[in-house]
This record gives sequence, C-alpha cells and structure tokens, in this order.
Amino acid sequence: MTFWQTLGAVLLTILIAFISGLFYMGIRRKVIARIQNRYGPPVYQNFLDVMKLWFKESNIHHGIMQHLAPLWMMAMGVSTLLFIPIVYNSDFWANFTFKGDIILLLYLMVFGSLGFALGAGQTGNPNSAIGVTRGLSQLVGFELPWVIALIAVMIQYKTTSLTDLVAWQQQHHTWIAFEQPFAFIAALLVLPAMFRYSPYDIVVAPSELASGPASEFGGKYMGLMMSSGSIFMFAKLALIVDVFLGGATSWLWMIIKTLALYMIPVLWSTVNPRYRTEQAIWSLWRWPLIFAVIGLLIATV
Amino acid sequence: MNYVLNDRESSKIVEFIKNFARKNSLWVLAYGTGCGAIEIPPTMTSRYDAERFSVRGAATPRQADVLLITGYLSVKTLKRVIRSYEQMQDPKYVIGFGSCTINGGMYWDSYNTIKQLDLYLPVDVYINGCMPRPEAVLAGFAKLQELIGKGEANGWKHYKENLEWYRQNQQKLIKNWKMPDYNW
Repeated sequence: MTFWQTLGAVLLTILIAFISGLFYMGIRRKVIARIQNRYGPPVYQNFLDVMKLWFKESNIHHGIMQHLAPLWMMAMGVSTLLFIPIVYNSDFWANFTFKGDIILLLYLMVFGSLGFALGAGQTGNPNSAIGVTRGLSQLVGFELPWVIALIAVMIQYKTTSLTDLVAWQQQHHTWIAFEQPFAFIAALLVLPAMFRYSPYDIVVAPSELASGPASEFGGKYMGLMMSSGSIFMFAKLALIVDVFLGGATSWLWMIIKTLALYMIPVLWSTVNPRYRTEQAIWSLWRWPLIFAVIGLLIATV
Repeated sequence: MNYVLNDRESSKIVEFIKNFARKNSLWVLAYGTGCGAIEIPPTMTSRYDAERFSVRGAATPRQADVLLITGYLSVKTLKRVIRSYEQMQDPKYVIGFGSCTINGGMYWDSYNTIKQLDLYLPVDVYINGCMPRPEAVLAGFAKLQELIGKGEANGWKHYKENLEWYRQNQQKLIKNWKMPDYNW
C-alpha cells in the first residue's frame, strides 16, 4: 500500500459512507411518511437539505467552542469510520484497522458527543443546556450495555481486533449474532438510543426542546452536523455488521447488511412515542443490561 | 481557474444549482400568530402532506428558511416576530397569510394590530383568504418556490438595504424599543 493508495481508499470510504448515510436517512423519511399514510419526500431530499445548508450566506457563532462543536462531530464520525475494516480480506478497504481497534472505537464514539456538549453549552440557550444534560444521561444509559456486549464478544473470541472477528466469522461460515445471541440482542436494543430515534429522542425532541443542543446551530454549522451525522451513522452500522453479522465480502454486501440493520431502529421508532428521561435510562439499564450481562457470563464460563 | 470562476455563464450555473437546492428544501419556522396557525397542522400532516413538496418544519429560527405570518399580528407579537426574523440565516423568506397581513382584514380598525405587514417585514408571497385553506397554502409555497427558482425572492436583501426605513416604521409602533444585543 503506497501513500496515494491509502489516501484514495480513505477518501472513497468517506464519500461512499456520506452518500449512503444520506440515502438511508432519505429512506427513513419515506418509510415514516408511508406509515403515516403520506406520500413523503423524495429519497434524495437530504442531499438537497445539506446543499441548501451549505449555500446559506450568513452564519453567526457564539464563541470558539461553539464554532468547533460541529468539527468535533465530523472528527468523530470520520475517525470512527476509518478504524473499521469495510471489506473482508481486502488490503485496500481495510483502512487503518489494527489489533485492538475495538477498544479505541469505544473511546472514539463518545468523543464527539462530549465535544458537542461543550459547544452547545457555550450558546447560552436554555434548551441546549437541557438537551446536553439529557444527552449525557442517555449516553451513560446506553454505553453500559453496549460496552458490556462488546466485552463479552472480545472475551469469548479472545481478540480485540475487528479484522480477526470478521475473519473468524467468514472462515466458520457463521455469524457471531448466532454464536453469542445475548450480546447481539443487547446491541440491537441500544441501537435506537445510539441513533437517538424514538422512543429515545429525548435529546433532540423538536416539539419539546426545540431540537435541544442544536437549537442555536444554523446554516453551515447545521450542514456540517448533517454531513457528519450521516457518516457516523454509517460507521456505527458498519461496526455492528463487522462484529455481529459476519462482516462483508464486498461493498454491496456491506450496504445490504447495514440497510437491513438500519431498518430495525427505523421501524421501531415510527410506532413509538417519546420516553421521559428517567424512563429512557431505566429501560436501557433493564433488559439490554440483563442480556449483556448474560452474554458476558456465557462468554466467561 | 480564476477565469472560469469569473465567467458569467459558469456563475449562472452556480446560481441555478443554489436556487434549485434552496427552492427544494424549505424549512418553515414553527411560529404561529393569529388564527391562521390552525391551517398549518392539516397542511403538514397526512391529508395534504406538505413534505412531498419538500416543505418541512424547523424547530428554531436559526435553522429555518421561511417565516409564516399566519393572520393578524398584534403590536406585542410584532416585536417577537422581528426578533425571530432577524435571527434567521440568509437567505430567508416571509409569507403573509390571509387578508389581515395585507390590509388589516377584519381587524382594520383594531387599536393593537398592525394593518400592513409590508411596512415592518419584507414579504415575498401573500396568500389571500380569511383563512386560506391548505390548498391555498400549498399554492403559496409553490409560488415561493417558483420565485426562488427565478432568483426573485430577494426580500432579505431588501430588508438589509432599507433597514433604517423598516426600523423607523417598527419603532413608530413599538414604543419601548429594548432589543437585546445580538449579532445577526
């Protein structure tokens, strides 16, 4: 791998993740519309939204941290994506994966939310402050079962490398979702909370908190947040596909698997109202945590 | 490279792309004044579904593109409307709903509503009726999209250029003009 090949792979990965992430969000809006008996916007609507936000001609900012906040999100999304091997047995699409990348990813995935919390705090908007407190509470809520589920997988297969996990699944022609079902169920149950979809949309809550932490972010800031959101969403889906669903032998399989996985929180969110904060945290600390701990016990025994 | 960017034809293409994106993504500020706000929920929900025309609600002024003045506007509300409008990011558009925003409508001799919205905010599209039905609202959005596509919805530029004239009119009505310091 020369430098230019690595650079090309990195840029192509980011581009494909960005485009497919925006299309997934468009499909989500279409699905929600059809369930509500509406026609719905076209699937490429999110591209037009992002373009419009980038073409805004005025932008105000409230201070350095607020100015940097969408950049933290972008840094988190891109760096999370780049440590995930996309295609099995391919040097070109392996990106920066190394032994021990699951542990690094566990840290990286929290980094953006914390940075954004600082930025949202500087805007001085009371809705932002409430959104930040709720967001950090929910972060504690879903990180616990999520980390325990991943630790269960790491202990059972005695590796901290995503490449090794994918290779094991490909060689044994099975998925860890079947071998370690309790950890997989825990990961599925926290997925709506990681995406902040209903019933876990206590952070953004447009009708209640005026979109929460993002309420003072308009124009290009919002455009950057939407772009990084799509990349980060694809990265999270790709991580779960790599750990539990056998990875992918080509980009096509990766897109099919991530889209199928994405439909689970989407369909779950369309039929659910919003939790209160304490309900959201307790629902995450009940069944998902129980399943994750059972998975951990099975892995250790 | 510089030559290509300054070429008039290529800047026309850039303008076309910009206007295409702007007209196909209108985020409406959820701000209801007067009785017309009751026409917004049916416009947005399943029966008339404004989202298929790329019209969507936005939660805060910072994220919104379109400000709807839905019906009569009392002097007390005018102050908040001006603040909301000035916090929105350029380019931004205003739609006036119903006869109240055109000439006062049935409130023409009221002591605390404004008669003509044009004097205080730059209106891009008027929708007449008392109140306009959701079909008329969608027709108004279609008209606004047509204007944006042609690059003629320039109320926000007009407001910036004639800010003193607008301020004069606004301060005539709002006696205790105490606006907080913010940069818009």
